[in-house]
Amino acid sequence: MTPAARRIVDLAVWAALATMPFWMAAIGGYTELATRIVVMGLAAMALNFLLGFTGVLSFGHAAYFGLGAYGAAMGIKYLGLGTLPALALSVVVATLAAALIGALIVRRRGVYFAMVTIAFGQVFYFIAFRWNSVTGGDDGLTGWHRLPIDFGRATLDIYGNDRAFYYFALAIFALSVGAMALLLNAPFGRTLLAIRENERRARFLGLPVERHIWLSFVVSCFFVSVAGGLFALLNNFTDPRALRFDLSGNLVIMAVLGGMRAFWGPLIGAAVFVALQDYVSSHTENWMSVIGLVFVLVVRFFPRGVLGALRGGAAA
Amino acid sequence: MTQLLLFNVFNGLIVGAFYALMALGLSLILNLSGIINFAHGGFLALGAYLAYTLIPWIGFWGALIVAPLLTAALGLVVERVLIRPLYGGDPLYSLLLTFGLAYIFEDLSRLVWGAQGLPFAVPRWLTTPLSSQFFFLTGYRLFMIAIVAVAVGGLFAILGYTRLGMRIRAGTRDLDTVATLGVNTRLLRSLNFGLGIYIAGLAGVLAAGLLGLSPTIGSSLIMPSFVAIIVGGLGSLLGTLLGGLLIGVASGLTAVFLPAAQEAIIYVMMGLVLLARPRGLLGEEGRLH
Repeated sequence: MTPAARRIVDLAVWAALATMPFWMAAIGGYTELATRIVVMGLAAMALNFLLGFTGVLSFGHAAYFGLGAYGAAMGIKYLGLGTLPALALSVVVATLAAALIGALIVRRRGVYFAMVTIAFGQVFYFIAFRWNSVTGGDDGLTGWHRLPIDFGRATLDIYGNDRAFYYFALAIFALSVGAMALLLNAPFGRTLLAIRENERRARFLGLPVERHIWLSFVVSCFFVSVAGGLFALLNNFTDPRALRFDLSGNLVIMAVLGGMRAFWGPLIGAAVFVALQDYVSSHTENWMSVIGLVFVLVVRFFPRGVLGALRGGAAA
Repeated sequence: MTQLLLFNVFNGLIVGAFYALMALGLSLILNLSGIINFAHGGFLALGAYLAYTLIPWIGFWGALIVAPLLTAALGLVVERVLIRPLYGGDPLYSLLLTFGLAYIFEDLSRLVWGAQGLPFAVPRWLTTPLSSQFFFLTGYRLFMIAIVAVAVGGLFAILGYTRLGMRIRAGTRDLDTVATLGVNTRLLRSLNFGLGIYIAGLAGVLAAGLLGLSPTIGSSLIMPSFVAIIVGGLGSLLGTLLGGLLIGVASGLTAVFLPAAQEAIIYVMMGLVLLARPRGLLGEEGRLH
């Protein structure tokens, strides 16, 4: 893609996102669905930082998504924090966990990395599931809700007004995505691409491969936990499913479905996946089969995703 | 207290035996073909449900023999149609494909057999306690341990003493060379996959007799199986067996002292193993990293 074409695509994506609450209803959606697309899009793009741009197969990102969700929920419920401080707290907690676990697994590769990440994620699932008195157990954490944000002169009522929350989420999405784009275009991001393309050569060039993969893992989990926090705020609720391994798999398929070699790919994938899940689960009890079928069909017929297929032969 | 401890260790061993059976099948497939079969739990559940359906017709013993074979047959079809094209490619895709299959399996078993748990009849003489003091020593539990021992022994015998087993072991080391020597590696991978699925089906029938039947029976066993493989060491089937039993017992013991942590403990163990001995208890250095 030429720089000009890329700028047009960027503009189109931002224009679509900025106006989504206004045309969502016209195509059969609703504001909350739009917010969910933005939130899951952020999660999938954050995962793709590691998956698509570093070439590391993580299947355990639900853990950090869920830590973000529980962090935000508990910050509001138990610590009496405002919405933004709770979100910040959740991200700190999840990122610390990612830094610790990342250090343990950074030398693993390929399927082994996938297996270790997904298994580690289950620790947090079982903590949330079992520690009833604090986490609400299987029933989830209720009895709290997101709070309006007070800017001194004005208040942004993200609790009472769905659209206000959409734009709040979109603003955080924009900050996060902008930061990821900056990182990817910086020497750091170029180094990650080098590792993805040829790890051995990167190593021979003297690049500290392990440190970069670890950093990429932490950055990726940082942004995934932002999405997790937003997700809990969106639902005014969180439960252990936000931590469970099937969410990890769903995030990966979103990235692949949209095209993991393209910057916006995971957002497209998330939009398709979330909309499909919403539609199918309201029409049939057997939505799991449909979702499973999406996995199989994408792998067999659409491995490079929507954007990869659009681009034709020019694989990034 | 002693009795409670004994009970939980014993129970842990049995649960560990399930983890080990499941993990052995996963390991076989992973070692030879580089594929993590997420749908393994789905195959396990299928074996269990097939046995449930077959029992009124051919009895428990017939089902114990036939259900795993049917499961393996379906495994061969799935391998041939869906998984074979992915060999040698990016492991991401085989992971995603089997992940999707696991969804489909769970959902279909819910569709066919219902979401409710089903009772699973085992012969009555197997369920009576053998000792009034050690009430947990039912015939079924001992019988299960015996079957698991026979299955594991059989698997190791196949791998150790038959031509097929020799080829599987050789292929695990270097599949290209094995192919060059004239072995049909497609067939080898198929048979190996079928063998792994057969064990999963067998584990399913046994597990159903102990835990009862529900659509999530497979997905609740798959994560511990991963842990068993990682703790035991990648590339070592003996390690996988040991890992499975070990985490089973650890989980059983934790259930005595801190019941809330009985699931989480195995992941903590995995973390400790990765910290102290990254290749796992019996794993070889530098395999599959």
